[in-house]
Amino acid sequence: MTATTVPATSAPGTTVPEAPVLEAVDVTKHFAVRSAVGARSVVRAVEGGTLALHRGRVVALVGESGSGKTTLARLLAGFYAPTSGEIRLEGTPVRRRRGRVERGYHRDVQLIFQDPFGSLNPLHRVRHNLERPLRLHHAVRGRAELDRRVRELLERVALTPVEQYVDKFPHELSGGQRQRVVIARALAVEPKVLLGDEPISMLDVSIRLEMLNLLDRLRSEDGLALLYITHDIASARYLCDDIVVMYAGEMVEGGPKEQVIAAPQHPYTRLLVESSPDPGRGARDREALFDADADSLGEPPSLIDPPAGCRFHPRCPFAMDVCRTQAPPRTDLGGGRWARCWLHPEGRAGELDRPGTDAGTDAGPVAEHATDRTTQENQ
Amino acid sequence: MSAVRSGLLRGWKVRVGLSVIVFFVLLALLGPWLTAAVPGLDPRANDLTAIGQPPSAQHWLGTTQFGQDVLAQTIEGARGSLFVGFLSAVIGTALAILVGLPAGYFGGRTDSWLNFLSNLFIVMPVLPLILIVAGYMQGTGLWVIALIIGFFGWSGGARTIRAQAMSVSNRDFVLAMRTLGEPHHRLLFHEVLPHLTGWIAAMFLQGVIGGVMAEAGLAFLGISDSGAISWGTMIQAAQQQSAVLRGMWWWFVPPGLCIALVATAATLVNFGVDELSNPKLRTVRRSVVRRTRDRAGRASRADRADGVVGETRVGSDA
Repeated sequence: MTATTVPATSAPGTTVPEAPVLEAVDVTKHFAVRSAVGARSVVRAVEGGTLALHRGRVVALVGESGSGKTTLARLLAGFYAPTSGEIRLEGTPVRRRRGRVERGYHRDVQLIFQDPFGSLNPLHRVRHNLERPLRLHHAVRGRAELDRRVRELLERVALTPVEQYVDKFPHELSGGQRQRVVIARALAVEPKVLLGDEPISMLDVSIRLEMLNLLDRLRSEDGLALLYITHDIASARYLCDDIVVMYAGEMVEGGPKEQVIAAPQHPYTRLLVESSPDPGRGARDREALFDADADSLGEPPSLIDPPAGCRFHPRCPFAMDVCRTQAPPRTDLGGGRWARCWLHPEGRAGELDRPGTDAGTDAGPVAEHATDRTTQENQ
Repeated sequence: MSAVRSGLLRGWKVRVGLSVIVFFVLLALLGPWLTAAVPGLDPRANDLTAIGQPPSAQHWLGTTQFGQDVLAQTIEGARGSLFVGFLSAVIGTALAILVGLPAGYFGGRTDSWLNFLSNLFIVMPVLPLILIVAGYMQGTGLWVIALIIGFFGWSGGARTIRAQAMSVSNRDFVLAMRTLGEPHHRLLFHEVLPHLTGWIAAMFLQGVIGGVMAEAGLAFLGISDSGAISWGTMIQAAQQQSAVLRGMWWWFVPPGLCIALVATAATLVNFGVDELSNPKLRTVRRSVVRRTRDRAGRASRADRADGVVGETRVGSDA
C-alpha cells in the first residue's frame, strides 16, 4: 500500500497491457421466480456480461435501474454463483463450495453497498466494524495494535479527529460519515478490488464530490481496481477511466470515458448521455432526437420475457428488421472501444453522429411501437 | 445499553409488572426459610385442631381439609410454580432460538427441514402427548414437568424467530459483514441475534406465563409430583375435596389469584418491551406533559414581564 504500487500508466484513455485483477467472462445470471399461482419463470438478470478490472483503474458501469448492474456487482462480489460463465481473480477461476465463494476471495474483493444506512449494523460501534476485518484478515491482536490500525483507517477516509468518531454508533453519524466508515471497513481488508454499488447515490449532493475524490485517491495512491456502478453519467465522467454501458442485462457499449460520452456508438448510450442534465443544451434537443417526450420513450423491457433480437429495438429510433430478429454481434471499433449494435455491421454508424433530425422520419412508428409495448407490460 | 435499561424502567407498566415478579421470585427463593422461621407456617404440617377453617388470626388464609395452612402452602407453591414456569420458559425459548434462528438465517434446505420440524410440533396434539409422556415417566417431579412443558411449547416461538431472523439476515449489514469474511456463528450470534432480543424477551415472558398455567393445568388433571407443592397442586387438592361445594373459597382463591397476578405482571413487562422496540406504542408520560406546560407557562410569563405584546403560546396542552 505504498506509492510504488501505482502502475506507470493510469492516465485515462490509454489501454493497459497488464492482466486484469478481476474479470467476468461471459457471465450469465438467471433467477428462478415463482408467481403466486406457482408458474415458474426465469429472470434473465445478466447475460453475456464481460468485464475486466485493472489495477489503478476505475471502470464505470452505467445503465438504468433494473439493467442488471447490481446483479453483476454481486456476481463479482461472490454473493451469487453465475448460471454460466466464469469469474476470474488474477487469472484463476473462482472456486466455490456449495455456491459460496471461499473466504480468501473476500481478502481481495470488497463491495461497498449503495445504502450506508443499511450496511452498518445499528447495534455496533464504528470501532467494532473496523476491528472485525483486522482480526479476521490480518490476525491483529492486542489493544494497542488494533487502536493504531483503526486510527489509521479512519484517517485514510478523513474521519478526523478520530476520537470523535471511533466510539459512535451508526445512528450518530451522517450519511456521508457512514459511507466513509463503510469504505474504511472495506479498506481494512486491504483488498485489491473495490466494487462500489452506487456508493454516492444515497448521499447528499454536497458531499458526493468529496466521496468521489476519496475513491479517486484510493485508486491512485493504493492502486486499487475500482468498479463504479452508477446511473449518473456526470459522476462516471469525473471519476472513471472506462465506461461500460448495460441495458436490460446485456452490455451494449464500452470504451474510454471521453470517447463513449462524446461520441456514443450505441443508440442507448446516446439516450443516456442526452438524458443527463446539461445546462449548455436546449431542453428540446432530446425530444428532437428521439421524436418523443420523456414519457413516451418507454421503459426497460421485462427481463422475464426480453424482446427478441436486440433488446433495445422497441425503443430504438434506428431499429431495422434485423434488430427484431437477431442479437447484434460485438463490433470492435479500435482504441478499446466496442459496441453491440447492428448499425456498425450494417455500415450505418455514421447516423449516430448526426443530431437526429433524419432519424425522425422513421422514428414515428417506432415510438408508437414502444408505447404499445409499455402498455402490454403494464397489463 | 444503559439507555435501553433506563427507558425500560421509565414506564409504570414495567415498574408494576417487575415489582410483582420480583416479589414472587423473592417469595419463591426465601419461602422455605420463611415458613421454617415462623411457627405454625409449615406447609406440610397437619393441624388436626383446625380443619377447613376460614381465615383467622391463627391462620391468615385459613386451613385446608387436611388442616394445612393455606398461606404456608401458597408461599411454598410459589417456589414450585415459578420453578416450572421459568425452567420451561428457558427450555422453550432456547429450543425456539436453536430451531428458528438457523432456519431463518440459512434458508434453503436447512429452513425446509427445521420449518417442517416446528410445523410438526405445532400440529401435534400436545395435551394428549403430555399425558402419555407423563404417564410413561412415572414419579414425575417438577423437573420432568418443566422439561415436558418446555419441550412441547417451543414451536410457535420458533416460527416467530424464523420470520424475524429471515428479515434481519437479508439486510445489507449482514451481507456486508459476510463479505468481510465473518464466519456464520459470528453472523448468527453477533449480527442477527441481537436484533431479536425484544422478541426473545417477549417470548420468554410469554413462556413463563404459559409454563405456570400449564403446570397448574397438568396438576389439575392429576399429572404432578404428589409430594411437591405448587399452586397447581393446591387447586387440584381443593377440587378433589370439593372445596367449591363446601364454600372453602380460601383454599383455591389464593393460588388462583397468584397465577393471575404473575400472568398480569409478565404481560405488563411485555408491554414495556414492546414500547421499547416500537416507540409508536409509547403513551405520553404525564411528567413530560407537565414539564412542557410549565416551561411554556414560564416562557409566556417572562414574555409578559418583558412587555412583549401578542405572544404565541408555546408547547402543547395535550
